[in-house]
Amino acid sequence: MPKTLFEKVWDTHAVRKLANGQTQLLVGTHLIHEVTSPQAFGMMRDLGLKVAMPHRTFATVDHIVPTDQVSEPYADPLADAMIKELRKSCKEFGITFFDRSTGKQGIVHIVGPEQGITQPGTTIACGDSHTSTHGAFGAIAFGIGTTQIRDVLATQTMALGKLKVRRIEVGGRLRPGVYAKDVILHIITTLGVNGGTGYAYEYAGEVFDRFSMEERMTVCNMSIEGGARAGYVNPDETTFTYLKGRPYSPKGAEWDAAIARWRAIASDPGCAYDDVVRIDAADIAPTVTWGINPGQGLPITGRIPDPAKAAAADERASIEEALAYMKLRPGAPIKGTKIDVAFLGSCTNGRLSDFQEVARFLKGRHVAPGVKAIAVPGSQGVGLLCAEMGIDKIFRDAGFEWRAAGCSMCLAMNPDKLVGDQLCASSSNRNFKGRQGSPTGRTILMSPLMVAAAAVTGAVADAREVFGVASN
Amino acid sequence: MALEKITRVAGRAVHVPGNDIDTDRIIPARFMKCVTFDGLGEYLFYDMRRNADGSTKAHPLNDPRFNGASVLLSGVNFGCGSSREHAPQALQKHGIRAVIAEGFAEIFFGNSTTLGMPCVTASRVDIARIAAAVEADPATEVSIDVAGQKVSFAGQTVSVSIRDSARDALVNGRWDPIGELIEGAGDAAKVAGKLRYMMA
Ligand code: SF4
Repeated sequence: MPKTLFEKVWDTHAVRKLANGQTQLLVGTHLIHEVTSPQAFGMMRDLGLKVAMPHRTFATVDHIVPTDQVSEPYADPLADAMIKELRKSCKEFGITFFDRSTGKQGIVHIVGPEQGITQPGTTIACGDSHTSTHGAFGAIAFGIGTTQIRDVLATQTMALGKLKVRRIEVGGRLRPGVYAKDVILHIITTLGVNGGTGYAYEYAGEVFDRFSMEERMTVCNMSIEGGARAGYVNPDETTFTYLKGRPYSPKGAEWDAAIARWRAIASDPGCAYDDVVRIDAADIAPTVTWGINPGQGLPITGRIPDPAKAAAADERASIEEALAYMKLRPGAPIKGTKIDVAFLGSCTNGRLSDFQEVARFLKGRHVAPGVKAIAVPGSQGVGLLCAEMGIDKIFRDAGFEWRAAGCSMCLAMNPDKLVGDQLCASSSNRNFKGRQGSPTGRTILMSPLMVAAAAVTGAVADAREVFGVASN
Repeated sequence: MALEKITRVAGRAVHVPGNDIDTDRIIPARFMKCVTFDGLGEYLFYDMRRNADGSTKAHPLNDPRFNGASVLLSGVNFGCGSSREHAPQALQKHGIRAVIAEGFAEIFFGNSTTLGMPCVTASRVDIARIAAAVEADPATEVSIDVAGQKVSFAGQTVSVSIRDSARDALVNGRWDPIGELIEGAGDAAKVAGKLRYMMA
C-alpha cells in the first residue's frame, strides 16, 4: 500500500498503543529552550527521574535573551535567572546546550536545521508551537506542553493520537514580489485559523519543489497558525544539498546510507490523503493581516473588511472586535496605514535569505523619520554570515538597529516591546492582541520585503511599488 | 501513581465569550518569566481584565457574581496559538476545573487533558443556553458528566462531546501518561535501536 511520509514516520516511531487508544510515539529529537522547560526539569527532580536519552535533547536560549545586551548578568533578573536555570539543568542532566558562548545559539527552530540536527524521516518535539518548522525537512515535528517535555525527557516518548493528512498543492509560479510568507498567509486566510485542526499538512506542488529550504521552513513554521499541529514537505535534492556537511549531518558512507533512507521516506506516488487542497500560485498576492489572528489577512491591494457587509453575525462580531483593537477603518485600503515600528526577524523570517533579499533592495534607502526599525538575526550563525556579507551594514546604513540573535519582538519577553498602541509591521507569525509586549500594541504580519517597504515609507506599502520589484 | 478518576466536574460557571481566544490572551508572555507554574492564576486573562495602570476592566472574571466559578464557557478554537502549558495551568490555578467550548485548538486540548482538566465541545446553541441560565442565576450548578458526555444545568441537559482518548484517560484516571510511558521504556529503546539517527 502506498503511504504518506507522515504514515511512514509514524510507523517507524510508534512504540505501542496506550490504554486510551493513543500511541506512545518515540521522539527522535527533542529541542528545548529557557521558557517552557524549567518547570519540566522541576517535575523530573520531584519525581526522581533521569533523562532517558540525553544525547537526543538539544538546548538553546532564544525566547527571553536580550538582543541589545550580550554579557551576563542580564538587566532583567528574571530572564537572567531562567537562563541560568537552563544552563544548570543541562549540566545536571547531560544535555548539549548551544549557549551564547558556543556561537551556535539562536532561535531553536533556526538552530536545529543550521546544525544539521533536523533530518528527514525523524520525529521532533519542542515546547514551542512553531516546531512545525522542522517539517520542511520531511520530519514530523510537534509543539508540546511542559508536562509533555517532562514525558520526553523521562522516556524519549510521548502520548499522541494519529493525525490525518491534508495535501496542499500550490501549482504554477509565484509572481515577482510574492514570497513564502505570502504563500502561508494566503493558505491560512483561505482555510482559516482552525481549518487544520486534526491534520498534518503536506505542502507540495511546483512552488514547493522550487522553494529553497529556508522558504519551506517559513511555510511549515506557520502551519500551527492554520490549526495544523504539524506541516511538512517531502525531502528532495534541495533538502540533501542543504544538509550536506552540517555539523550533525551524517558523514562519509553514513551520508550515502542516509540519502537512501531519506529518499524512501517521501510520500509514495498514489498514496491516499484525507484531504487535498489545490491553490494556484498566480492567485497569491503580497499578503498582510488587518486583524488579531493570522487568518485575518488580505492582499496588499485590498480593503479592510466592513463588518456591515459580513455574511454572518459571528463574522461581524469578529471583524468588529478586530477593528476596534486595531483602530482601523472599515472599507479603507490597508495600504497607507501608518506604522510606528518595523520588526524583521523571528523563526518565520529570521534566516540568511530573508536578510539577503531585503538587503538587495534596501541599499541606498532609509527608514522613514519616526519609525523604529529593528533587524534581529535568528541565530548567531545567521548574524555572522550577514556580517561577512556586509548585510548588517546595509541595514545599519538604512537606519535599522541590528541586534544579537533571539526571538525579540516576536513575543517580547525581552526588552524589545511595543509601547502603548504602536503599530508594528512585522515579519513574525502572530498578530494576537498584546503579542508584541504592549497590551494595546498592534501587529500587521507580512513578508520581510514588505516590512522593509513599510519601514522606508512609514506606512503599510506594496513592496513591488516601493522597490520596483516587478520590473526587477 | 494513582490518579483521580475524573468522571464528573460540577460547579458554578462563567462565560467568557469570543472565538479564537489564543493562549497569549489567556496568559500574556510577560508572565511566563517564572521557573514554576505557581502563582499563574492571578494573571489569567490579565490584559483583558486590567488596564495598563492595574485598574480592573469589565470582564466576566472580574464580575463578583461569578467569583469561584470552576467551569469556563467559550467559543470556537479556544486556546489557539502558542503551545504554552502556562495557559491551562493559569486556568487551573485560578480554580477552573473544566472548559466547555465550541471547539479547542489541538495543543491546548492535549495540555489540558494531561492536567486532568476536561475540555468538552458543545454546540453554539447549547453553550448559549448554559450561559443564559448562568447569567440569570450565577449560582446555577453546571455539571459535566465526562463519561456520559452530557452537561446538566438548571433542570436541563445537553449533550457534549470529548475525544475518545481523552475521555478514556480522564474517566479511568490515566490522564497523566507518565506511568504508562515509563512502562513502555523497554519497547521504546528497541524502536530507537532500529533508527540509525538515534544512535549515540
Ligand atoms: S521567534 Fe517567536 S514564534 Fe518563533 S520560537 Fe521565538 S517566540 Fe516563538
